[in-house]
Amino acid sequence: MTPPAPRAAIPGLVPAYEDYAHCTHCGLCLNHCPTYRLWKLEADSPRGRIRQMILVEQGELAAGPIFVQHMDQCLDCRACETACPAGVEYGKLIEYARARIARDYPRPLFSRLARDFVYRRLLPFPRRIAAAARLTRFYQRSGLQWLARRSGALRLLGLAERERLLPRMDDDPFFFERLGQIFPAQGTRRARVAFFAGCVAQVGFARLNEATIRVLTANGCEVVVPDGQLCCGALAAHAGVRDAARDLARRNLAVFQKDSFDAIITNAAGCGSTLKEYAQLFSTEEPEHAQALAFQARMRDVTEFLATLGLSAPLKSLPLRVTYQDSCHLLHGQKVKDAPRQLLRAIPGVEFVELPYTEICCGSAGVYNVTQTEASLELLAEKMRHAAKTRAQAIVTANPGCLLQLRAGVEMHKTGQEVLHVVELLDRALR
Amino acid sequence: MLARLTRELEALLGPGAVLARAEDLILYEYDGSVEKARPDVVVFPRSTEEVSRIVRLANRYNAPIVGRGAGTGLSGGALARSGGVMLVFARMDRILEVDYENLRAVVQPGVVNFDLTRAVEHAGLYYAPDPSSQKACTIGGNVSENAGGPHTLAYGVTTNHVTGLEVVLTDGEIVRVGGKSGDALGYDLTGLLVGSEGTLALVTEITVRLSRKPEAVKTLLAVFESVDDATETVVEITARAITPAACEMMDGWTLAAIEEYVHAGFPRDSGAVLLIEVEGIVEAVAAQAEAVTEVCRQHQAREVRVARDARESELLWKGRKNAFGAMGRLAPSNYVLDGVIPRSRLPQTLRHITALGRENGFRIGNIFHAGDGNLHPIILYDPRDAAEFERAVRTANEILRYCVELGGALTGEHGVGMEKNELMPLLFSEADLELMRRVRDAFNPAGRLNPGKVFPTGKGCGEVRMKAQAEGAPPL
Repeated sequence: MTPPAPRAAIPGLVPAYEDYAHCTHCGLCLNHCPTYRLWKLEADSPRGRIRQMILVEQGELAAGPIFVQHMDQCLDCRACETACPAGVEYGKLIEYARARIARDYPRPLFSRLARDFVYRRLLPFPRRIAAAARLTRFYQRSGLQWLARRSGALRLLGLAERERLLPRMDDDPFFFERLGQIFPAQGTRRARVAFFAGCVAQVGFARLNEATIRVLTANGCEVVVPDGQLCCGALAAHAGVRDAARDLARRNLAVFQKDSFDAIITNAAGCGSTLKEYAQLFSTEEPEHAQALAFQARMRDVTEFLATLGLSAPLKSLPLRVTYQDSCHLLHGQKVKDAPRQLLRAIPGVEFVELPYTEICCGSAGVYNVTQTEASLELLAEKMRHAAKTRAQAIVTANPGCLLQLRAGVEMHKTGQEVLHVVELLDRALR
Repeated sequence: MLARLTRELEALLGPGAVLARAEDLILYEYDGSVEKARPDVVVFPRSTEEVSRIVRLANRYNAPIVGRGAGTGLSGGALARSGGVMLVFARMDRILEVDYENLRAVVQPGVVNFDLTRAVEHAGLYYAPDPSSQKACTIGGNVSENAGGPHTLAYGVTTNHVTGLEVVLTDGEIVRVGGKSGDALGYDLTGLLVGSEGTLALVTEITVRLSRKPEAVKTLLAVFESVDDATETVVEITARAITPAACEMMDGWTLAAIEEYVHAGFPRDSGAVLLIEVEGIVEAVAAQAEAVTEVCRQHQAREVRVARDARESELLWKGRKNAFGAMGRLAPSNYVLDGVIPRSRLPQTLRHITALGRENGFRIGNIFHAGDGNLHPIILYDPRDAAEFERAVRTANEILRYCVELGGALTGEHGVGMEKNELMPLLFSEADLELMRRVRDAFNPAGRLNPGKVFPTGKGCGEVRMKAQAEGAPPL
């Protein structure tokens, strides 16, 4: 018998003993973890997940279906990182665990095909994203959606909830048409920035992207939207599909290297968090590692950038009671907490109220609401209960995924709030 | 046998409330301590009745029973030392009643300590016992271990805030002791049960006292060049009968790791700091803060800083409360001790601990409740080195022995558990222990409730503990 072929090494960052060992199993993370809060299971807590990873690394636990289930059930919201006094970088660990699963664990056929399609054949290709968006738009506008919902067909297929989480596709033009354009600063130019436009956001959040550019230019920024940029690769990296994430990262590094900018801006906290950690996709020996370090040093979330730059555009009054849901990958991933609040408070007329448990994930978490719908909707229900208690008219957040989830929450729970991105509210306040 | 018990438990509790696979059980062999032991089956009751039925069922199989909250304990109290059935109370997490007029709350054992404060703070109330793990640990666990915290200096430990309990006895019977008033006639069974470390009964409902937030609070950070100056300050504060609500000491060299986490403005180059809080009515607080500052200055404090606002004060406390976890930045593992000494002996004790550490090759940190002489020496070690761990345990025992010699105690708030049960004879005579055993036997005659805890088993403790480590999964 021939011995099994050696497994391919997992590219990019591989955690060392110390990365795990910082965890002293004190348990302070438990009550900050959304899935632990739901189920109260050690296996679905950060401490328990880290222990499982260690056991798998040491060969004492099989990387089988049970391990995979608990790793899949993690939202990767990284609230545990904020809670952890020892500074365990859980995000690194879970993404490595998932890369290992992707390499070693044979998922069921449908799951394999779906993952391959989404991460390798759809998201890296703008034309395919646009085509899929047009199809979806036809479904949403032609009456088909109405029919599917009313007829009970969706319920029959078990898709009723998931279908509600589908972004409402934009009317023309998609944001792809803006790639390659330069938007001049209004008044004195205070900064020259590049805009990272996203992938699905270009067909589902084109108007948000345009609002972002309006707010930036109104505040004295020249905004360049480099052509050739692709999906950031965050979803692939979270799913453990590292090769796809690395390909995308290489392409984006090349595109944004061509010109020099004061900052590279994103309005998507989920993308921003991965973009700021591009270097982790490459080992220190790879040439991309250094390029990525230079790239991520300039990467800024739009709220972070604007709060630091300071708003210069005059704002009109918007009498509105507003609460803010922290986007996990902004708060926990990028440690940006004050900037969005500062911007909201800067709008005259806005009455800002804190949302209790705002640091707990809304259940969106990338594709989590599709892959783990039940848990996602439980978290959403809890979120909507807390939001209702604030009596805010608008729930503001900082990431397209959270917007979709919270909008679905408003619809499902009939709570009536508007759901907006911070920059959408700023855009509305521009004179 | 075990398979049948598991099946019966599943039938009793329904799906999703019983864990028996090795992959799951391995995650219940640890808590916040350095101990290890694995249960045979883990169950998640949702009601007192379920707890009672689980106990009756376990009795039929002669299985040991151990309760667990969040598993943040530091003495292995919530570990199944002899295997058996582990009841995790985390899903019994409802606040059943808040009686604002009479300042009481009735909670299930799985309510997280700080969540109770969060639920009542809108009315200017809070739950006073504040162990460092308060954002994760459960009130049920606090009751079992009689947990303390920085503010026990002024307000006492858990037992001073529990007025009534509902418990399930070893035969499955449900009994209520105490109540909202707390001053029931007859024996103070509530007092007996609090701190009994799960060896007398399983607590299923707790009536606690709520406290009113003080009118004014001032948090002071005093920075010293040497540990001696800091400890002498504490002695003097006590001698002058100044009564702060909390008085914590942190070794200077541990602060770099803590500061990295909280960014609260802790110095990175001091010998030690004291974190002192005074509270009460506005005038008294101002006078006390002044008195404290004066004592600090007399003992060469290079700086005494008063937190400007609640946010700064919160940050300083966040640093203190996450200090043990933050030590994870300095070494792959740490062993937090818990001993008590008379406050007047602080300076010599800390010198002795430093010397002991040096002899055994450890740098020992001290982050502790200085005001009430409750020490928490923290020994940093590498678990990959078995000999080093053994040395750490030996050093720990020497420190505790010294505490007892000075007229102190083996534990201030972490409990005895399976960490210090073999050391109990240092503090108690055979007659003392026998009396305690008779109390235990009255409640728990078969010894199936949390066996192997509190009382010495007769084996050398180092030996027992090394064995537990060796049997457990990887030393991390």
